[in-house]
Amino acid sequence: MKRIFKHRMTWPIIALLVLVLVNTIARPSFISVTVQGDKLYGPIIDILRNSAPLMLVALGMTIVIATRGIDLSVGAIMAVSGAVALTIIEGSPAPDSLATVMIAATAGVLVALVLGVWNGFLVSVVGIQPIIATLVLMLAGRGIALLITGGFITTINSDPYKFMAQGYLIGLPFALFVSIAAVIAVALIERRTALGVLTEAVGINPEASRLAGVRSRSIIWAAYAVSGLLAGIAGILYSSNIMAADANAAGLYIELDAILAVVLGGTSLMGGKFSIAGTVIGVFTIQTLKSTITFLGVPPAVSPLFLAIVVVIVVLVQSPQLRDRLSRAVRRVRRGPATPTLTDSGAEAAQ
Amino acid sequence: MTADSEVPPVVEMRGITIEFPGVKALEGVDFTLRAGEVHSLMGENGAGKSTLIKALTGVYTIASGTIAVSGVERTFRGTADAQAAGISTVYQEVNLCGNLSVGENIMLGHESRVAGRIDWRSTHREAARHLENLGVQIDTRSLLSSHSIALQQLVAISRAMVTDSKVLVLDEPTSSLDRSEVEQLFGVMRDLRDRGVAILFVTHFLDQVYEISDRLTVLRNGKLVAEHPVSEVPRAELISLMIGRELDELQALSRASVRTVDRTDAPVLSATQLGRKGSLNPVDVDVYEGEVIGIAGLLGSGRTELARLLYGADRADTGRLEMHGRPARITTPRNAIDNRIAFSSEDRRAEGIIGDLTVAENIVLGLQAKRGWLRKVRNPERVVAEYMDALGVTPADPHRLIRELSGGNQQKVLLARWLATAPQLIILDEPTRGIDIGAKADIQRKVAELSNAGLSVVFISSELEEVLRISQRVVVMRDRHKIGELASNDIEVADLVDFIAHDTIKKPESVA
Ligand SMILES: Nc1ncnc2c1ncn2[C@@H]1O[C@H](COP(=O)(O)OP(=O)(O)OP(=O)(O)O)[C@@H](O)[C@H]1O
Ligand SMILES: [Mg+2]
Repeated sequence: MKRIFKHRMTWPIIALLVLVLVNTIARPSFISVTVQGDKLYGPIIDILRNSAPLMLVALGMTIVIATRGIDLSVGAIMAVSGAVALTIIEGSPAPDSLATVMIAATAGVLVALVLGVWNGFLVSVVGIQPIIATLVLMLAGRGIALLITGGFITTINSDPYKFMAQGYLIGLPFALFVSIAAVIAVALIERRTALGVLTEAVGINPEASRLAGVRSRSIIWAAYAVSGLLAGIAGILYSSNIMAADANAAGLYIELDAILAVVLGGTSLMGGKFSIAGTVIGVFTIQTLKSTITFLGVPPAVSPLFLAIVVVIVVLVQSPQLRDRLSRAVRRVRRGPATPTLTDSGAEAAQ
Repeated sequence: MTADSEVPPVVEMRGITIEFPGVKALEGVDFTLRAGEVHSLMGENGAGKSTLIKALTGVYTIASGTIAVSGVERTFRGTADAQAAGISTVYQEVNLCGNLSVGENIMLGHESRVAGRIDWRSTHREAARHLENLGVQIDTRSLLSSHSIALQQLVAISRAMVTDSKVLVLDEPTSSLDRSEVEQLFGVMRDLRDRGVAILFVTHFLDQVYEISDRLTVLRNGKLVAEHPVSEVPRAELISLMIGRELDELQALSRASVRTVDRTDAPVLSATQLGRKGSLNPVDVDVYEGEVIGIAGLLGSGRTELARLLYGADRADTGRLEMHGRPARITTPRNAIDNRIAFSSEDRRAEGIIGDLTVAENIVLGLQAKRGWLRKVRNPERVVAEYMDALGVTPADPHRLIRELSGGNQQKVLLARWLATAPQLIILDEPTRGIDIGAKADIQRKVAELSNAGLSVVFISSELEEVLRISQRVVVMRDRHKIGELASNDIEVADLVDFIAHDTIKKPESVA
């Protein structure tokens, strides 16, 4: 029992389950899945589908945060990749051909990759603080996207393109497969190779890692490149969902949701140890929360406040310090046996 | 120097038990500290010394037991509480702010104020005065992180002296200090003791224990073994109290340097006029196959700087390197590792361990970095088990986080990391720092054994006996210059001390 409560995935999972439970109580139809034709529908299916862009972005963010960095430019990169893809399709004589769509999507993702590489260059080679380095693109990226679309909101008609966010494959939304593929790919690359542990080493102690021969520069650089790449794919999905390249709205504030998802999943903003499974849970938590807000009919004006309050509660519940204090207070009352714990100032001294 | 038995002891700990998941770090330990005594806390690596100290100062809350200060039972909820009760502590791992100046670190929270505002000039003057007491003269406005670990240790000690406390706790304060700094520190400690301060002192240097302390308490595996006046425990008995068996100290630490090295082939590594502006004047060094080269010199003499340039941790701006007679480019640690050179830094915490990774991950890190990220080390268990065993890492659990290990055991893990990369040359900067006497002998034996098998070693230590014991030649440094090179066969520690001080010894044996 104690083991379970110590496990770092326990609390994120509990938070998500509680959220699902609250929703189900409020509206039993929440967990119902209906079959229409050969497709599955229902609130849960929507959450799985709509969470795809956030999932991609949050995966990249996890790796970047593990290196002690942060990537604020992901939303802007999404806008750019959507703009590139849609501009190509719009200018093409055959917007409905699969080839056009493939080329357009690939081009959008490649441009996003280049932007990610640029971020990585600024951070790992030039040595600019990650928050500043990525702020550059966060601000400039949307301008670039506007430049690409000529200042308009480009809209298109293209069935293959539409399929990516809105299509179904064996009864499930195609976007869900993209998101699962990304999770598996990232997990395999990080955990089947040594990249994950080297990334953690760099995030925990950069100087010791350098002296141990870890190529920290390449590792940090790669993290931003991956983040850019995944944001690019997210941008394609987003624009496919609305069939428009809206440079101002695409991926707006998604960097904040992604950071939140990573933190909810138990990865520390201080870098080091990261958990991909945790991020997945974090993404679902946030997406469920958003769907709750819509369902409860929280007025748009106060919905950020509502979101903030719930997030604060979730983060507090997950905080080991808080749980520790509570359990100590309980113990003091009961006068039971104690286990050694770092007191606050002790934690400082032990650092 | 035993105190009056009428007054209650300054600190009385009874039945202290502390448990970490999976380890009982302390089990029913009693400890008594009296006013006006220097009390040594002894024990092997992982015996529980630092844990007992942290229990006293409120870093850890105790599972059971009582702590009384001046006869009054107390529970400290944190280090601030302990400090307010007159207990100043220098922890084993320097815990200062590297990005603040030396003066700020010493005076933090005790700055001189004029009408509520900090008077920096007098604050720094005050800091300089505290350092002066330890015989240190440096610019107190310089950044702490720009100084060596030894200096940081002195700064930490000065910081503990700022407040007038009745208890001073020093957890391995001398581990990276030279004789002269140790002498200075002991002077200050005697002074404080004569003024009635109770001092708790931890070290693995037995000479220092006999020199400074009045009483000693021995811990073994988290349990109290004995408490005695120092004069009643001979050395051999003290050692067997600590390790729980007999150890023939002299046999264990026999001199390995009496060995001839074949210098007919080109040196494994040869540095010519290697230097870096502001840190090291150009130096020549050759290291032959199977040879152990010691580097001796005082604090700040350029020992560590030389090691770092050889490894490419810092970039040299003059000179060149050759390996096996061919020019080699070593400007980054990567280059060095690709050339099968390893380097274990003196600063274990900042430049060695990856705290949040496990012991196994820390050991494999060097090997993994060398192989690159794509080729993950398969079956690391074998390598890990082999080296944990060879170096006697305790607890023998590879999945424990390295930061939960005692200081000495962290050091062994780092050595394991480097040995696992199968280097042809290993540069060890203070490798036995904070290591207990049994393990020190183990490590020295390991170094001798590896060099017999052809490994070349550059060995840096402030402990001259150790340098002489295991190296065949000693490079002597002073003021960031190399002042000479001695064959260690036929010189004694006293000769080396002479040479460091005056460039000459009674019977010079320079082979340079
Ligand atoms: N935070 C922690 N979590 C888990 N175990 C710990 C922690 N701190 C210490 N230990 C364990 O407690 C035991 C005692 O450690 P301690 O640091 O007190 O040893 P020590 O006597 O100071 O050794 P050294 O001479 O190497 O400094 C060791 O087995 C160590 O692994
Ligand atoms: Mg210790």
